Amino acid sequence: MSHTTTPLHLVLAWGFVGIPLGWGVIQTVINALKLFQ
Amino acid sequence: MSSTTAQAAVGLLNRERTIAGIGFSRWMVPPAALCVHLCIGQAYAFSVFNLPMTRLIGITQSAPDDWKLTDLGWIFSIAIFVLGASAALLGRWVEEGGPRRAMFTAGLCWAGGFLLSAFGVYVHNIWLVYLGYGVIGGFGLGIGYISPVSTLIRWFPDRPGMATGMAIMGFGGGAFIASPLSVWLMRLFSTPTHIGVAETFIVLGLIYLCFMMVGAAIVRLPPPGWLPAGYVPPAQPQKLITTRNVFVYQALKTPQFWLIWLVLCLNVTAGIGVLGQASAMSQEMFPEQVTVTAAAGFVGLMSLFNMGGRFFWASVSDYIGRKSTYFVFFFLGGLLYSLVPQTGAMGNVTLFVLCFCVIMSMYGGGFATVPAYLRDMFGTRYVGAIHGLLLTAWSMAGIFGPVLVNYIRQYNVEHGVAKAAAYNVTMYVMAALLVIGFFCNLLIREVHERHHMPHEEADAMGIAD
Repeated sequence: MSHTTTPLHLVLAWGFVGIPLGWGVIQTVINALKLFQ
Repeated sequence: MSSTTAQAAVGLLNRERTIAGIGFSRWMVPPAALCVHLCIGQAYAFSVFNLPMTRLIGITQSAPDDWKLTDLGWIFSIAIFVLGASAALLGRWVEEGGPRRAMFTAGLCWAGGFLLSAFGVYVHNIWLVYLGYGVIGGFGLGIGYISPVSTLIRWFPDRPGMATGMAIMGFGGGAFIASPLSVWLMRLFSTPTHIGVAETFIVLGLIYLCFMMVGAAIVRLPPPGWLPAGYVPPAQPQKLITTRNVFVYQALKTPQFWLIWLVLCLNVTAGIGVLGQASAMSQEMFPEQVTVTAAAGFVGLMSLFNMGGRFFWASVSDYIGRKSTYFVFFFLGGLLYSLVPQTGAMGNVTLFVLCFCVIMSMYGGGFATVPAYLRDMFGTRYVGAIHGLLLTAWSMAGIFGPVLVNYIRQYNVEHGVAKAAAYNVTMYVMAALLVIGFFCNLLIREVHERHHMPHEEADAMGIAD
């Protein structure tokens, strides 16, 4: 069985954690923008 | 047959089965670490459950049999206490068993804590929530927090600060996901006669279990002697970076451990105190300018800098060194804390916000840079376990910081100081703590060679230095 990491593996792994984190950061930025309103 | 299957499943968790094969990319390891840290970072967002949990019986308002906020405050406190205790006690077990076993265990504890807490909410028994989220979840926090640290350092000997900074950034970022997700789930499961806290705990527990198991599945250790392509370790020993290893409990006998303990404790004390009071402080210092909504935005902005600082400062430390990075924290932090009262006197909200954003970035940076500092001092072999012992400094700071800020403010208000100026003394006290931290950092030297593990002992353990 091959254990070689392909670019698809990397995209999936980083997307798995990056998408939720990005969503959370956007929610927080929207909240933080209230400081400047 | 079933016992054979169970043995095979347990075998998958062994350290030896976690060694990477040829062709495995080290860039798979940070997402594995983030799978764990993003989940356990939920702890920072636990407060979103506080108010709903005071209305589980009364629904629209607290009934006499409902839990009090003071009862609920203990859930987080127990979890943080158990985090420190379990990281300190189980660090060696985590290091010697490898990252997969630790992440798997952390996932079971963290998710199990949520599920038991859901049952506690369902039967309205707070002791089950203390046991579930506080104790069992606290074990998940402690084991999960230290589980990927030494693995990342081994995979990134060229950039250890950046690697651990990425994982510890995830701990800061976990609350960003958990907070809006929890609010959304509670709204989804709530009806006019029911508050959906138990269901939210179940869903969160299952989501976290999946994430943490994915992390455990993809994490790998580098083979002994592995080095990144093109990376040549320095031929000459670098100042304040050891090539030897110190056994976990031997580290406790070195002054370096206790100086770094103080460095972390003082840096965290200064940050954690104002983090908890940021909303009230901004409104009281600028009563005409900062509204409740704007203060919430200020807290959000501070959280972003807290998270970003973890990655930024830990990465910077790879270039300027850990000791210099902490010098920046203590010097610049002390200066900025001293400047905060002037911003209040000038009524300059922008400068006030700017000061605290930089301070918060250095608060987060202090957490994220310390694993690499420990690696420089004590080597790679037991860095995760030593980091676990060091987290007791966080627990201590978690008590001192808020107490200092609250009591000094209260004392000032009771002695006739205007609310707008009540935080001034606190800021100077925080600056003084950072000055002490500066001198503790100054005293840090290389660990004496009598504390190092013998080469043959380290070699027998398959250390990839």
